[in-house]
Amino acid sequence: MQTVAPQSASTQLKPPVTSVGVIGWVKSNLFNGWFNSLLTLVCGYLIFRTVPPFFKWAVVDSLWFSTSEACRNADGACWSIIPANIRFITFGFFPSEQQWRPLLAMVILVVLLFYSQNRKRWRKSLAYIWALALVAMGLLMKGGLFGLPAVDSAQWGGLPLTLLLSVFGLTAAYPLGVVLALGRQSRMPAVKSLCVVYIELIRGVPLISLLFMSSVVFPLFLPEGVTVNNILRAQVAIILFTAAYIAEVVRGGLQGMSKGQYEAAESLGLNYYQTMRLIILPQALKIVIPPTVSILISAFKDTSLVVIIALFDLLKTTQSVLSDPQWRGFSNEAYIFIALIYFACCFFMSNYSRRLERELDTKY
Amino acid sequence: MHDAPPSRKVPFLNDPANRSIIYQTGVLLMVGVLSYYLISNTLANLDRQNIATGLGFLQKEASFEIGESPIRYSAADTYARALAVGVLNTLIVSFIGIALTVILGTLIGVARLSGNWLVSRIAAIYIEVFQDIPVLLQLFFWYAFFYEALPGPRQAVNPLSGVFLSNRGLVFAIPVYHPAYAGMGLALLIGGVAVLLLKRWAHKRQDRTGQTFPVLPVCLAVVAGLPVLTWWLAGAPTQMNVPVLKGFNFQGGLNISPEFSALLLGLVLYTAAFVAEVVRAGIQSVSRGQTEAAMAIGLKPGQILNLVILPQALRVIIPPLTSQMLNLTKNSSLAVAIGYPDFVSVAGTTINQTGQAIEGVALIMIVYLCFSLATSAFMNWYNKKMALVER
Repeated sequence: MQTVAPQSASTQLKPPVTSVGVIGWVKSNLFNGWFNSLLTLVCGYLIFRTVPPFFKWAVVDSLWFSTSEACRNADGACWSIIPANIRFITFGFFPSEQQWRPLLAMVILVVLLFYSQNRKRWRKSLAYIWALALVAMGLLMKGGLFGLPAVDSAQWGGLPLTLLLSVFGLTAAYPLGVVLALGRQSRMPAVKSLCVVYIELIRGVPLISLLFMSSVVFPLFLPEGVTVNNILRAQVAIILFTAAYIAEVVRGGLQGMSKGQYEAAESLGLNYYQTMRLIILPQALKIVIPPTVSILISAFKDTSLVVIIALFDLLKTTQSVLSDPQWRGFSNEAYIFIALIYFACCFFMSNYSRRLERELDTKY
Repeated sequence: MHDAPPSRKVPFLNDPANRSIIYQTGVLLMVGVLSYYLISNTLANLDRQNIATGLGFLQKEASFEIGESPIRYSAADTYARALAVGVLNTLIVSFIGIALTVILGTLIGVARLSGNWLVSRIAAIYIEVFQDIPVLLQLFFWYAFFYEALPGPRQAVNPLSGVFLSNRGLVFAIPVYHPAYAGMGLALLIGGVAVLLLKRWAHKRQDRTGQTFPVLPVCLAVVAGLPVLTWWLAGAPTQMNVPVLKGFNFQGGLNISPEFSALLLGLVLYTAAFVAEVVRAGIQSVSRGQTEAAMAIGLKPGQILNLVILPQALRVIIPPLTSQMLNLTKNSSLAVAIGYPDFVSVAGTTINQTGQAIEGVALIMIVYLCFSLATSAFMNWYNKKMALVER
C-alpha cells in the first residue's frame, strides 16, 4: 500500500496499473509476500504435474463405447465399462423388461425433490403428496397390483435400492428421532433413562455392528417360521441408527428454545401435546434444519455399508461387474463413476442446506 | 353440588404425579413385554439349533489365520487371543489414523483460510470432494488402486534406497535391533518428563520474577539430544535390515500391507476433510480484534498464536474434533470390507465359525462402546483443562 498525499481535487491520481485489474488481483491474491508466492509456485507445479496427465488419461486417450479387449490395449481410461454395464449397475437383478418401473420411481422422487426445494411450497398438502408418492414408489418396485407383475425384493438392486434405503430410512427415522429427543427431555425418569441409554448406545457403536445384528441376530429374535427379508432388516437397522443421530440434533433445537415459550404455552392452558405440536417443535425443528440435512447426507452415504451384508446396492452391483473377468481391472473408472453419482447427490443436498441456512437466518 | 368443599381434590387422573407414574409404568411394561417376547423367542431358537449360549467358545481353538498381527498369533490359539489381535489392530489403525488426520486436517483447514487464492480453492475443492463420497467407496478405490495400479514386487517402485512400493504393500528398511534403541526410548521418556518439569519451573519463575526462560530451544535440545547422546554412547549402531527380493516377495524390512495402507489412507483422507472444516470454524470464531489487541501489547506472532488465538480456537474446536475422532474409530470397522483383520472382521469370522451370533455382535458393540467412552472421557478432561477460566 502506498500513500500518496492528495495534491489537489483536480489532479486525482489513478491507482497504479499493478494494483487494479487482473494484475492487481494476481498480485494481491497469489503473490503477496515471498511465502505466498512460493506456495503459489508449488501449487502451480503440482497442478501442472497432475491435471494434464489426468485429463489425458480421462478424456484424450479414453475409450467410451468399445469392447473390453480394445480397452486393454488403450493407454487411457476405459469408460466403456459404464455404458456396457449401465443397466446392471443401475438396476441390479431387476427383470430387464420391468426396469421402466424403478426408473419411473426414481423420476418421481427427483421431480418431487426439486418441487419441494422451494420453501414456499411447504404446506400440509405437500406432506400428503409425499406420502402418496412414497406409496406409489413402493408399489412400482414391488408390483403385484394393477396388472404389474410382482418383483421379489431379492431382485431389487442398484441405484433404486440405494435411494429406497435412504428415502424410506430418513422418512421413518425422522419422527422416531423427534420422539426420542422429546423422551430425553422428559421429566419422567424411566422414559428419560430409556431414551438416553438408547441414544448413547447407538451413537457409540458403528453402523456395521447394527447391520450385522440385523443380518445374523435378528432372525433369532423372531418366532419359528417367521422370516423377514434382508432388505427390510437392513432398512430397520438404518432407521434405528439414523434416529439416534437425529434425536441428538433435535435435542439441540429443543434446548435452544427459551423457557418463556414453554411458560407462555402453559399460561394459555395448552397441554403437553399441544405445547409441543403448536409451539415448541415448529420452532425447534426449524432451527435445526441445517444440521439435520448433514445427518441426511451422512445417512445417504452410509447406505453404501449394506454392501457388507451382501445387499446389491449401487456399490455392490458395480463390484460384481468388476468381478466379471471381462471387465476386471477397470475399477478406477467404475469407482470414479459411482463416486460422481454420490458426489452429485451429496453436493446438491449440502448446497441446499447452505442456502436454507442463509434463508432461515433471521438474525433477531 | 351446592355444598362443594373449599379445597377440591384434584381427580386422580389429572394429578401430574399420578399420570407420570402411570405413563412410566406403561412404557416399562411395554419394553418389558417386548424384551420378554424377544428373549423367549431367541432362547427357543437357540435351543432348537443347539447353539450353546455364553462366552465358553472364547477358550476354544480359533483355527483361522490372521493376516497381520502385532502380537504372536497362530491358528492354534484361542478365539480370545484372535479377538485380542483384532482389538489391537483396530487400536493401531485408529491411533495412527487420528494422529495423521489431525495433522492433515489442520493443514487443510488453515489452507482453506489462506490469503492465497489458489491454496484456498484447492483446500475448498478437497473438502467438498472428500466429504461427499462415501468412505467405503473411498476404501474400495484405494484398495483397488494398490492392487491394480502398482506393479508386482519384481518391478516395485523404488523411490528411495531401501523403500519399495508394490502391490504387496510398502516395504522399507528398519534398523536391526540393538540394545541402544531401548536405551533411546528410555532417554526419550526421561527427556519428556524433564521437559514437563522444566516448563513448570520456567512458568513459576516467570510469575515470580518476570524473567522469561528460552523454554522451546532448551526443550527441543533435551528431547532430541538425550536419545542421540544415548545412541552415540552405546556405540552408534547403524546396521539396517534392508528388504531384498526373494522369489515372489520381499524378505526383511518392515512391510505395510496394502489392506492397512488402503484403510489408513481412506480413513485419513475422508476424516481430514471434516476436521478441516472444524479447524476452519474454530479459527474463524476468534475475532480479528483479539489478534490486533495482542499485537498492540507487543506480543510476537508466535506468542499471539500460542497465547491468544489457539487457546480460544481450541475451545471451539475440541468438542466437534472429538466426535470426528470417534467417527474415525467407528469407521475403521469398515476394514472388514477390504480384508484388514480389525476387530469387526475377526469377530465376523468368529460368528461364522461358531454360530455365536449374539455374543459376537454384543462383543463388537461393547468394545466400540468402550473406545467411545474412553475417547470422550479423555477429551472431556482435556476440554475441561482448556475451558474458559473466569478470573
